[in-house]
Amino acid sequence: MAVVETRSLTKVFKEGELGAVNDVNLVTREGEFLVFLGPSGSGKTTLLRMIAGLETPTSGEIRIGGQVVTHMTPRERRIAMVFQSYALYPHLSVYKNIAFPLKAQKVPKEKHREKVEWAAGLLGITRLLERKPRELSGGERQRVALARAIVREPSVFLLDEPLSNLDAKLRASAREELEEFHHRIGTTTIYVPQDQVEAMAMGDRVMVLHQGTVRQLGSPTEVYDKPADTFVATFLGSPPMNLLDTEDLIVGVRPEHIAPIELSPNAAVRFHARLQNIEYLGAEWILYLKVDGGQFNGKDLISRLPSAASYRMGEAYDFGVQERDLRYFDKQTEKRTEPRVVAWQ
Amino acid sequence: MSTSAPPSQSPKPRKVGYFSTPAGRARRLGVAMFAPAILYIVALIGVPFVMAFLYAFGDVRVGSVGYHFVGLENYRHILQSPTFRKALANSFIFTITSQVLVIVGSTILSLVLEKSFRGRSFIRFLVLLPWVAPISLGAIGWKWILDSLYSVINWVLVFVLHLYKPYAAPMWLGEPTLAMASVIVVHTWRLLPFSTVILLAGITAIPKDIPEAAAVDGAGFWRTLFQIRIPMMLPIVNVAVLFGIIFTFTDMTVVYILTAGGPFDSTQVLPSLAFFTGILGGDLAAGAAISLFLVPLLVLVAWGMLRMAHRAEVV
Amino acid sequence: MVRGAARTVFQNIAHWVTVIVFTVLLAFPFYWMLIATFKQSSDLYNITANPFIFNAKPTLENLHLLIYETRFLRWVANTTLVGILVVGITLLLALPAAYALARLTGRWGQRLGIGIFLTYLVPPTLLFIPLSRVVALLGLQDTIWSVVLVYPTFTVPFSIWLLMGFFKSIPKELEDAAMVDGLSRFEAFYKLVIPISLSGILTVVIFTFTLVTQEFVYALTFISPESNQMLGVGVPTFLIRGDVYFWGSLMAACLIASVPIGLLYNTFLDRFIAGFTVGAVK
Repeated sequence: MAVVETRSLTKVFKEGELGAVNDVNLVTREGEFLVFLGPSGSGKTTLLRMIAGLETPTSGEIRIGGQVVTHMTPRERRIAMVFQSYALYPHLSVYKNIAFPLKAQKVPKEKHREKVEWAAGLLGITRLLERKPRELSGGERQRVALARAIVREPSVFLLDEPLSNLDAKLRASAREELEEFHHRIGTTTIYVPQDQVEAMAMGDRVMVLHQGTVRQLGSPTEVYDKPADTFVATFLGSPPMNLLDTEDLIVGVRPEHIAPIELSPNAAVRFHARLQNIEYLGAEWILYLKVDGGQFNGKDLISRLPSAASYRMGEAYDFGVQERDLRYFDKQTEKRTEPRVVAWQ
Repeated sequence: MSTSAPPSQSPKPRKVGYFSTPAGRARRLGVAMFAPAILYIVALIGVPFVMAFLYAFGDVRVGSVGYHFVGLENYRHILQSPTFRKALANSFIFTITSQVLVIVGSTILSLVLEKSFRGRSFIRFLVLLPWVAPISLGAIGWKWILDSLYSVINWVLVFVLHLYKPYAAPMWLGEPTLAMASVIVVHTWRLLPFSTVILLAGITAIPKDIPEAAAVDGAGFWRTLFQIRIPMMLPIVNVAVLFGIIFTFTDMTVVYILTAGGPFDSTQVLPSLAFFTGILGGDLAAGAAISLFLVPLLVLVAWGMLRMAHRAEVV
Repeated sequence: MVRGAARTVFQNIAHWVTVIVFTVLLAFPFYWMLIATFKQSSDLYNITANPFIFNAKPTLENLHLLIYETRFLRWVANTTLVGILVVGITLLLALPAAYALARLTGRWGQRLGIGIFLTYLVPPTLLFIPLSRVVALLGLQDTIWSVVLVYPTFTVPFSIWLLMGFFKSIPKELEDAAMVDGLSRFEAFYKLVIPISLSGILTVVIFTFTLVTQEFVYALTFISPESNQMLGVGVPTFLIRGDVYFWGSLMAACLIASVPIGLLYNTFLDRFIAGFTVGAVK
């Protein structure tokens, strides 16, 4: 178990262009499950690969367990990685796949069996040990990849979208198993999720990346309820946060906080909006609104409601937002600022 | 579309014409498109193949008119000939030796050419030349290199390394053992590029993250090479080997040009012997009988290839 | 891989040494042909002279002899003509067959495909004896038409196999859409599928042509007269008068024949490999 640290870590692929990873500073906590979240191209995979030793940083430093590893080969870093495709060795049996890291680290042969069986037992794949990877299902392969990673008892786990190759139904249960696995093992884990849902569900902390820079590092609650800037605010949450331009600030409101005025009588902000489109998703409704009149006339808003059966398209309704649900962002820096009194019309 | 009622849904489906449904029309087109090629192959490969058998068990000579079945007479004849036995042995010796050299050489070469480097394109062009040049011309080039008087190798041995006196240097094509070695060298030289190209294709087919996973697992360069990459290349190595065996075993050109089977028939192989006996000697029956000895090996190779076609892909 | 640390100086040197050793071993005979082509006879047939350099001035004598006093150009012409004709025949036979196998014959398609491939394994050195009789019976003995007839036996099976792979990689939906739009299946084939497969077809053309230029056994067996002979047989056979080898001209001929084919092949090699692996996967 160790702490992963990066200092001013940068990776530039093409000279003169913006780097894939720019000046990233990071300190993990012992045993935490840290998630790298961001749109494609945000640098999360590059960052992960640099920590693994599969990419050389252009500048900056990486430390694992206090030791500087920036120019060490992956082998010397005592980390384990699970790839998106699992990268199982197709010509070796499951047993030999799991034993391979032990062989590579010159662990004496007598110890192999007990360690492999321990790892396999942890992941419930003991009965698969003699099979070849091509005979396994997606979920089974994923577990073999994890067993191979854990067998060396590494100090850090790196996982690159390990659930993407599973079909949707399997993904949810696999996610649960992974979380449980992490609780049991307690190794510091850095995880690149397939989507936000995975990130929020699994992470102890979430690091939001955009164009190679860290926008925010915090618990899921923090990044969702107290986004550091408009990017984080609109990236997390589906449908995204609504942003309103006032004279001196940008004000943000999440769709679930735009309620019918009857439910929000002492609302700080009111809208009179016409219903453009409505989607029924079973557990909730998504309303696409256009503000009718007032300061934000013509602005498009999205709202989420648990029930909206009585709403008619084209009709106008009144909505309100509570003060505590408003978020304020500086117009220039787009960073979150303290709540201020805003001139509402 | 037809407006008449469709055939009624009877419990047992009637046999509608194979070619009259839309699917059937497609089948008809398929057969029509396929037929010319099949006819050609049957006529010019299938029929001669059968003829070869007939000749081997018959008494045909160039210019003879009739045909008589003579059973194993031809075989009894040739099996007694020491030349034939030598040719049979040579075919195997040459093929196996050159293939082993080719496998080792092309594995090394393909691994070295895998990563991009400056000038790789040009190097690849040079390396391909032995395979690409017409067989006979490459062989002639070697004949000059191995010439009894003017061989460049001998020049180096005599005038640079002073290992031999002039005119006493090895006769590369004149002594039986040396001649055999020379034939093997030329075959190896010719096949190395072919094999390398196939192996290169196999190497690039290895997914990038598998060597990376090996690196993360703690494997160094050599371990990754021998325990991961080479085993994963094995299926494609098989393909290269099987093709290589066919090309070497059934080739007569190298022997014909380099040594014409000599000295004293010591470098004859089955195909060249078949040529000398059957075409130049006019004894079609004996020639056919000799060339039929190629068939068992070809069947084995075909079986090997079919087995591999059934195996799953490497991923 | 972490490039900075891993690629040591030693590994680089080892890499280069290996490349150079192999390249020299493989390409050396061609360097040889190059030098011999321009060497004067006195230089060439001198045991003590250093063979690696020009001891006398380079000369065009050998080339002159080759072009003006032998049938070399005629052989080049013959081979080119045969090549073009054989390519034509091959495409005519192989394109529809490959398409049919890739699309239409379903269950049988696979078996037939393998069967076709197996015929490729029947070597010329087995068939040449019966075929010599067939050629004689047809009266094509000693003409280039004998080889025009016979060469497709080794170009067609392989071309079918290659093209089958290419065709299979084209989504079926393309032709289905065309047929919905009113084309017949055959029209869809030559108006749609063939233009799309041009790169694959080109590969087959190049490969077939090079196979023709390399062939030896059939040309040797069926054709005797010097003026009708192919390049691969003419050069070794007729540039030797009695026991005398005209080495300078021989080497010139080899060089002239090998290098252009080499360049052609090299340019199309990547395409060819792509086709080969696509075909092999099926």
